[in-house]
Amino acid sequence: MAFEGLSERLQKAFAGLRRKGKVTEADVRDTMREIRLALLEADVNFGVVKDFVKSVRDKALGAEVLESLTPGQQIIKIVNDELVATMGEAAVPLNKSPHIPTIIMMVGLQGAGKTTTVGKLSKYLIETQKARPLLIAADVYRPAAIDQLQVVGQSVGVPVFEMGTDTDPREIVRQGLAQADLQHNDYVIIDTAGRLQIDEKLMTELTDIKAIAQPTEILLVVDSMTGQAATDVAKGFNDQLDLTGVVLTKLDGDTRGGAALSIRKVTGKPIKFIGQGEKMDALDVFYPDRMANRILGMGDMLTLIDKAQKNFDEKQAMEVAEKIKENSFDFNDFLDQMDQVSSMGSFDEIMKMIPGLANNPAMKNFHVDPKDIAHQKAIVYSMTPAEREDPDLLNPSRRRRIAAGAGRPIVEVNRMIKQFNQSKQMMSQMYKGNFAGMEGMMGGGIQGRLGKMAMNNMIRKQKKNKKKRLKNVKRFKS
Amino acid sequence: MGLFDRIKQAFGGSSPEAETPAVEKYDAGLEKSRSTFGERLNTLFANFRTVDEDFFDDLEEMLIGADVGYETAVRLSDELRESVKLHNAKKPEDVARVIVGKLVDLYGEAGAQEDNTLHYATSGPTVFLFVGVNGAGKTTTIGKLAHQLQAEGKSVLLAAADTFRAAAIEQLQEWGRRDNVPVVATQAGGDPAAVVYDAVQRAKADQVDVLLVDTAGRLQNKVNLMKELDKIKRVIVRELPDAPQEVLLVLDATTGQNALSQAKEFNQTTSISGIVLTKLDGSGKGGIVLAIRNELHVPVKLVGLGEGMDDLQAFDPNKFVYGLFKGLIDVPADD
Repeated sequence: MAFEGLSERLQKAFAGLRRKGKVTEADVRDTMREIRLALLEADVNFGVVKDFVKSVRDKALGAEVLESLTPGQQIIKIVNDELVATMGEAAVPLNKSPHIPTIIMMVGLQGAGKTTTVGKLSKYLIETQKARPLLIAADVYRPAAIDQLQVVGQSVGVPVFEMGTDTDPREIVRQGLAQADLQHNDYVIIDTAGRLQIDEKLMTELTDIKAIAQPTEILLVVDSMTGQAATDVAKGFNDQLDLTGVVLTKLDGDTRGGAALSIRKVTGKPIKFIGQGEKMDALDVFYPDRMANRILGMGDMLTLIDKAQKNFDEKQAMEVAEKIKENSFDFNDFLDQMDQVSSMGSFDEIMKMIPGLANNPAMKNFHVDPKDIAHQKAIVYSMTPAEREDPDLLNPSRRRRIAAGAGRPIVEVNRMIKQFNQSKQMMSQMYKGNFAGMEGMMGGGIQGRLGKMAMNNMIRKQKKNKKKRLKNVKRFKS
Repeated sequence: MGLFDRIKQAFGGSSPEAETPAVEKYDAGLEKSRSTFGERLNTLFANFRTVDEDFFDDLEEMLIGADVGYETAVRLSDELRESVKLHNAKKPEDVARVIVGKLVDLYGEAGAQEDNTLHYATSGPTVFLFVGVNGAGKTTTIGKLAHQLQAEGKSVLLAAADTFRAAAIEQLQEWGRRDNVPVVATQAGGDPAAVVYDAVQRAKADQVDVLLVDTAGRLQNKVNLMKELDKIKRVIVRELPDAPQEVLLVLDATTGQNALSQAKEFNQTTSISGIVLTKLDGSGKGGIVLAIRNELHVPVKLVGLGEGMDDLQAFDPNKFVYGLFKGLIDVPADD
């Protein structure tokens, strides 16, 4: 997960602060050193780190902080505010041209992920705006680059305009735009070849294409693993093309992604999207404030809640709520729950969004096989309807039959039933507002005030949603 | 002064024909790396009248800023602190001298028993397995290497084991056409280990000299994809016990500290024998090479210095150090 290293380090730096009632100047000095090294280690640009640390120090050394009752929290807040300010305050949406087509041009170094991002962006536009994009294959240099765009286009059901590799990219773009006009495509995405920002000939080609296409958006695609060079790259492209935004790719790796911080600072251009996987739906909107929370190890609660809301079918949720109320949570609900969880994304990812888990040492060795959920579902599917509703029926003989039916070892069936029972217990406890049981479930529990704070926040939100749901039920019934 | 003798000695062998095309190429390719790394050091020296703790703090920051890695940077600045005291260096020029000497030493020390050459099988086919994250330049490297091996008179076979990424197979096949080298491939989405098995069988049957295996890019924290890579390697070892002669991690030179994590994880899965550093012509820094050598002891074997067929070169640490520190060595020598 992105920034995990950064949050680990910052939490270590703050660990000392939390225990003390008052922050001395020496404390601030030590903390700032940790912050500085953490950011540098995360590949944040040199100059950005300097400014960042300086402004945090200036603010932290103010009398208000020193006299405050919880100095650690104050500093965390200052760092958080500063992180958000550096990455840009609000999520910036994609610009839309007043007349169709909206033309988006993708640029970047070789191997940054331009073509993959073109595919993801098309899918995103289709899903959010029912768009009818046309892709223009303007990479005539790299072998099979056009084939790649065609395969990607096919997989998301979008036409690709190409003229082979013998035509000048400027001409391809010109004719591609003409075709888009004829077909009334509302979006045109131009996939350009990867190039170095110091390659004058190829950069001129880009400025020419820009002049021809007059794009609404010029997005720089940057590999989030890029080191200090990220700012040079962003600056080089920005100076020559005047970018409108940035896409950070490969953030599903274990990179600390300091590039996010510095690119915004150096170019002043917003990061609009982040790529988090190889599948075509693995493109997310970039939220600076959420990313800052994640850096601070508060977990990315907002994203989690967002995802949950998007995927949580209200009606199913109501049914689950009713069942929990009666404490009759059964395997059918368990199945629903698993479906919802798996539609939110990979399980590792979700776990790490929960506050206190991102830097929990136990999480290091915590890998969830994506197939686990499928296996568990197979086990439930191998139960009779009666068994699903009444888990107490499951005697050893029935368990053996289920194991054979699901093609899983019997130990796995037993483990799954145990998990189900825990889940059942947790759900009923959570409903009652008692999550002592939950702490036990998550290894060492949720540590630190920050973690508790965020956890409380989550439970409060959940309760609120539930009340709303129950109200709806009443209204519906009356 | 001992330092300059040492450096002269180190590069003395190549000094008569120092500006051979290869060296020039390195020079040109590293122009950017040197200017940032060397210039930074010089600026640093210029800005300090006295050598104090702030100086070392800044030096530490600067080294991290050049992508050398946190551990290396701290170790370096600690050692430099000692040497400066030891040599009683006060003036910036003296300090500069000590620091440059230390950097060269460190380079030599880490690379003492380093083997930068590619290894070939004594008999039967040689297998090179290429691994790395997405977009590092695996396929391009294979295309260039195939061209060079072909030119050396070796028979080459390519295996398209990247069955996942869109048009990756076509990309390798296009290289095969350009180089006039056969490519073993299956349809997209096929089992990569099966492709590798077929390729090894064919390499044995056709008595091919070198088999280059292209794999799909994968991020090192994806457990299942890393397991797939492990399986690919097992297939090779089972069919040819001495193979693969080289497991090469292809690394984008613009990568920051994540390069260390990549090297560590890929090393754990496939025990990499060397690194191919690509896109070095565009990288702002050369520091990551220091970090890799000091923290992982995996030698760099090939470097990519451009997009042309001939822009893949054997890695020569001496030339690299020479390129990296050229400006610095000249500066103190002038006064």
